[in-house]
Amino acid sequence: MRAPFEQAVERHGATVLRVCHAVLGPGPDADDAWSETFLAALRAWPGLDEDTNVQAWLVRVAHRKAIDITRARARHAIPTDELPEQASTADIPDAEAVELWGAVRSLPERQRLAVAYHYLGGLPHTEVAELIGGTPEAVRRAAADGVRTLRKRYHAGGTQEGAPR
Amino acid sequence: MNIIIDDVGWDGEAGEPDVTALLPVPETHLAALHTRLAQAASDSDLLDVAYRTVTTPVGELLLAATERGLVRVAYEREGFDQVLDTLAAKISPRILAAPKRLDTVARELEEYFAGTRRAFDVPLDYALSAGFRQTVQHYLPRIGYGHTLTYKQVAEQVGNPKAVRAVGTACATNPLPVVVPCHRVLRTDGGLGGYIGGLDAKTSLLALEKAA
Repeated sequence: MRAPFEQAVERHGATVLRVCHAVLGPGPDADDAWSETFLAALRAWPGLDEDTNVQAWLVRVAHRKAIDITRARARHAIPTDELPEQASTADIPDAEAVELWGAVRSLPERQRLAVAYHYLGGLPHTEVAELIGGTPEAVRRAAADGVRTLRKRYHAGGTQEGAPR
Repeated sequence: MNIIIDDVGWDGEAGEPDVTALLPVPETHLAALHTRLAQAASDSDLLDVAYRTVTTPVGELLLAATERGLVRVAYEREGFDQVLDTLAAKISPRILAAPKRLDTVARELEEYFAGTRRAFDVPLDYALSAGFRQTVQHYLPRIGYGHTLTYKQVAEQVGNPKAVRAVGTACATNPLPVVVPCHRVLRTDGGLGGYIGGLDAKTSLLALEKAA
C-alpha cells in the first residue's frame, strides 16, 4: 500500500473497534485487540497489495488477535464461562448503546461472532465461515438469528414489534 | 426504552440490518486508542513519519518528522492530503498522526511567532530534496534572523554564481519553509520573488522578523 496508514486508522478504526467489542466485550481486552490489530497492520502495510480490501483484511487480523487474547486470558485469568460482568462501558455515554452492547454480549457465541464479523465487520458469510468454522449457510442463519434476537430485545416496549424484514 | 430501530437503519442495504448505526464507539475512546497506537508504533520503530498540525499567524501548518528529524513543513494551500500522499510515496506509508515527535518544533514555532525565538535547533531531515537544491536549503539557515539576501547573493554564497534560477527553484521547493528560512531570499530588484506559502505569508514573516 502506498497510501498513508493514517487513512486506514481513520476509515476503519471504528469498524474494527465494534468487531473487537462484539467478540471480546467492551473493555481492556477489546482495546488490546484493536491496538494489536493496527500495530500488526502497520507492520505489514508497505507490503500489502494495492487491491486489498483493507477493511476485510483488518477484520481478519482482528479475529486472529482476538483469538490470541482469548487464549492468553484463559491461561492467566480466573476461570469463568462468561465475559467479564463489568466489561467497561464507562466511555459509551449513550444508555441505549450500552443496552445494545449488553444484548450483543449475551448472544450465544456463534451468533455473536457471526453478527460481529458479518454485520459489524462486513465480511461475507463464506469468509466468516472460514474464520469461525461451519458452513456458510449455518453462519448466515446464526447471524440472522443473532440480529433477530437483538431486534426483539429492542422492540420490547417499543411500537415496532414484528416490523417486516 | 423507546428506540425506533427501523428509523436508524436497522434494515440496511439489500434487506440486511445495519447494526453499526446502533452500536456507536465514542470518538474519545478511538482517540485514546489512536494515541496508544502511535506510542506503540514509535516504540516498535514502525512510525516512519509522524505528523501533526499547528495553528500559526500564517495559517495552519502541517509538521512531519521521521526518526531522523523534521522532514516537512507544509502550508494549508499545498493541500495536507496531497502532502501526506507525497510523504507516503517518497519516504514511507507508515505514517500516523502522532503529535509527540513534533512537540519541540511546535513549541519553537510558537516562540518564533511570538517574536522570542530567532533560530530553530531541531534536527532536520532533508530527505525530500537532493543535489543543488539541498545544498541551497542547507545554506539558508545561515541567513540571520531579520536579514535578507537576493537569489543572486545566495547563488554566489553556495559557489555557483550563475545558478540564480536554480536557487529560485531550490527556495520554491523548500520542504521545510519557516524553519529553513527561504522567506529571507528576495529578488535583486527588491521584489519578493515567490513563496510556497503565498506572498502574504512571506510578507508576514519578514515583517515579524523586522519588528522583533
